[in-house]
Amino acid sequence: MTDPLMIWATIAAIGLGTFLLRFSFLGLIGGRALPPWALRLLRYTSVAVMPGLVAPLVLWPAATGGTTDPARMAAALATLLIGVTTRNMLGAIFGGAVVLYAVQFALG
Amino acid sequence: MSPRRTAALRGFRASAPFAIVMLPFGILFGVIATESGLTLPQTIGFSVLVVAGAAQFAAVQMMADNAPVLVIIATALAVNLRMAMYSAALTPHLGTAPGWLRATIAYVLTDQTFAVAAVDYDRRPAQRPGEKAAFFFGSVLPVCPVWYLSTALGAQLGTAIPPALSIDFAVPLTFIAIVAPLLRSPAHIAAAVVSVALALGLAGLPYNTGLLLAAAGAMATGALTEIWLERGVRA
Repeated sequence: MTDPLMIWATIAAIGLGTFLLRFSFLGLIGGRALPPWALRLLRYTSVAVMPGLVAPLVLWPAATGGTTDPARMAAALATLLIGVTTRNMLGAIFGGAVVLYAVQFALG
Repeated sequence: MSPRRTAALRGFRASAPFAIVMLPFGILFGVIATESGLTLPQTIGFSVLVVAGAAQFAAVQMMADNAPVLVIIATALAVNLRMAMYSAALTPHLGTAPGWLRATIAYVLTDQTFAVAAVDYDRRPAQRPGEKAAFFFGSVLPVCPVWYLSTALGAQLGTAIPPALSIDFAVPLTFIAIVAPLLRSPAHIAAAVVSVALALGLAGLPYNTGLLLAAAGAMATGALTEIWLERGVRA
């Protein structure tokens, strides 16, 4: 895609659509309470979307052309373990980065 | 200090660690966007208008591949469909705010701000809606402005970052670190496991529809596991 007008139109459409998704329930439903079954489902939003978003990025990283990389696998596992045990987000990311570079260095 | 101020400060502190994470993430987007042919204003426009890293990366990738415009838009919005779920989850807490305030909250509703707000509203259910809104805007400050500025920085840096640094992996590590502390009950763990299994199994489906099905299946798994465990306790 090279036409500047087309690029801006694409960006604007994604921006507007994303805003409408974010505004959907907040904007339309307002103060009305959601039914209990909906609240029960929504409790699992984060753990339902993010693991699925991440899994392919860990197993088939674009940076290696989709080939599974031991350093990235080890880093992801380290971040998960540190995150689950300490609940410290930054510590988990930092630990994962250390493992990533250590394994990359070890494997040359 | 007024309760709203306290809440705003608490929000700021809760999401402050994200600033350090958003920095490489935004720089990476700026680098990748300019490398795939976008100008500096287009790259910054992307981050200001869309404010959603994963969707932006997906869109830029497909623009570079010359995918059809409608497919690019549909894919980016499919990646962002989770925002509607966040919107629904925040409605019981912020739904009574005035319309302009809800629209502003919607604009800055991201994975990060949602994650810290959901945890805070869970822990302090007695807060007034005004305090909850204040917490939310406090949590936006370390995220969105850093996102815009780091995108601009990355667009300037262009190709100067060596690939050996594997900066691409900052994205998945961030998501894992967000989710890990949430795995606090068997139902949450079951939902996460189903999400991973279905997302990998359905990865071949076109236009990110696999991720959407995986998310729906995982949410149902979490809710059903919760019901099942409650019944077990009662019996």
